[in-house]
Amino acid sequence: MFDDFFTRALIGGIGVALVAGPLGCFIIWRRLAYFGDTLSHSALLGVALALLLELNITFAVFVVSVIVSLLLVILQRRASLSSDALLGLLAHSALAVGLVVLAFMTWVRVDLMGFLFGDILSITTFDLTLIWGGGLFVLAVLARIWRPLFAATVSYELATAEGIKPDQANVIFMVLMAAVIAVSLKIVGVLLITALLIIPAAAARRFASSPEQMAVTAIVVGVVSVWLGLNGSLEFDTPAGPSIVVAALLCFVLSLIPIKVPYLRK
Amino acid sequence: MLVSLENAGIFRSNKWLVRGVSMGVEPGEIVTLIGPNGSGKSTTAKLALGVLATDEGTASRKEKLRASYVPQKLKLSPTLPLSVARFLCLTNKADRHQITAALRATETDHLAAEQMVNLSGGEFQRVLLARAILCSPEFLVLDEPVQGVDFNGELALYKLIEDIRNRLDCGILLISHDLHVVMSTTDRVICLNGHVCCSGTPANVASSAEFKSLFGERAASGLAFYEHRHDHEHRPDGSIETRDSAPDGRRGPEGGVSPPPASQKISSANPANPNRNNQDKVNQDV
Repeated sequence: MFDDFFTRALIGGIGVALVAGPLGCFIIWRRLAYFGDTLSHSALLGVALALLLELNITFAVFVVSVIVSLLLVILQRRASLSSDALLGLLAHSALAVGLVVLAFMTWVRVDLMGFLFGDILSITTFDLTLIWGGGLFVLAVLARIWRPLFAATVSYELATAEGIKPDQANVIFMVLMAAVIAVSLKIVGVLLITALLIIPAAAARRFASSPEQMAVTAIVVGVVSVWLGLNGSLEFDTPAGPSIVVAALLCFVLSLIPIKVPYLRK
Repeated sequence: MLVSLENAGIFRSNKWLVRGVSMGVEPGEIVTLIGPNGSGKSTTAKLALGVLATDEGTASRKEKLRASYVPQKLKLSPTLPLSVARFLCLTNKADRHQITAALRATETDHLAAEQMVNLSGGEFQRVLLARAILCSPEFLVLDEPVQGVDFNGELALYKLIEDIRNRLDCGILLISHDLHVVMSTTDRVICLNGHVCCSGTPANVASSAEFKSLFGERAASGLAFYEHRHDHEHRPDGSIETRDSAPDGRRGPEGGVSPPPASQKISSANPANPNRNNQDKVNQDV
């Protein structure tokens, strides 16, 4: 069954949607959309380093993302610049350095478009193992830190005061983000990863009355978007990554239509 | 001693927010911080809780202290789908029974399924208090816990706070601007203005020169409150409950409001003898 490139793409995409849903919820709750963007932009630097040092691309992207998020934490404590300025600085310098490094390596012929917009149809069985293995691991860790992470999301001070250690959960969350960006690079590409994280979660908001409900709904929306997007891409011969994001956008627009949902009080 | 600060200070943006603060809270004790805006009351509370680290001096807490916190400000993002009941178990595991009991104590049990973002200011404040008392804390920090709560609710909540202290024997650190209430329910008052100006029993503090210079002569001499009676009560859901079985025909001409009863009086708060036997129905089951 994994011989078919389309089936592989579908299974890989669903694997990513599974992790992107819950993490995307936290990104929305914590107003971290631009942080996701920063990490994904710096992913291209990871790609360049992987080609230069002949490393596994997913691994290199993961390491670079972790380094960038740690840099951000350090800069936020030291520098007198605001967070959004720091994020912009990190995002675009990492992207630019990545592009420059790629240009220096004249011996490497890189399909830049593939990294910018994803190349879901070239997913190998090894990629699938990585996506599902990594994805399930991320979900397991997230389930473990869910309570402290959520408490810290609602109020950092409250969580600290009542003996929950939010710093630990925050750092683990950053590492999980880096992992998700690394595994989803191939599916949607550098420029659209944040969309896959945010749009399903945003579409889920209106149908949720508890955080857990929102996370599960975001997963469902993500899976539906992947299925719709890939089939649409096959049908209309459009690029797969952007098609998935367009499908997610359609779900979001549908969620805005004011219909009465019986099980919701408000 | 549950919590103690020794000569604690905190330095931010080139100035000392508070400095040289020494204080402690014992089990079963209500300690109140008073002081003008910007005098470091909230900062001192955060030092006591360990939310902020001291830059000078020490802050020590009992090992494995079960602390609860009602912060002065808590802004919830509207993107958070969070019901009142779920908010109550944010940092604690609690069963349905405990949640209902805590909400009932602050007269908010009808809001359990409501989303937090839809609450009014006063309701939000009551829910914050319900959350703080949910898992019988040893140490409770209340930073202006009754802001935005209506007048009747305010007195009831202060009584509830006293009742919690009596029942759980927990130490309470209270920050409040309601000087008259503070003076009648507190065991110890600490008057803060960047440092500890004066501290002691409410009676001593109220008569001290520092207190008068900080709050003015009027505040010190006018620590009395106006007491009056109602012949009916408003339930949280808006319905009315008559208390004195007064016939409806005897309502005042304005419709519903009765004339002030004869028993109204001006009583001076007696700080040395806090009124601990409250019969308010709010306190019956927590």
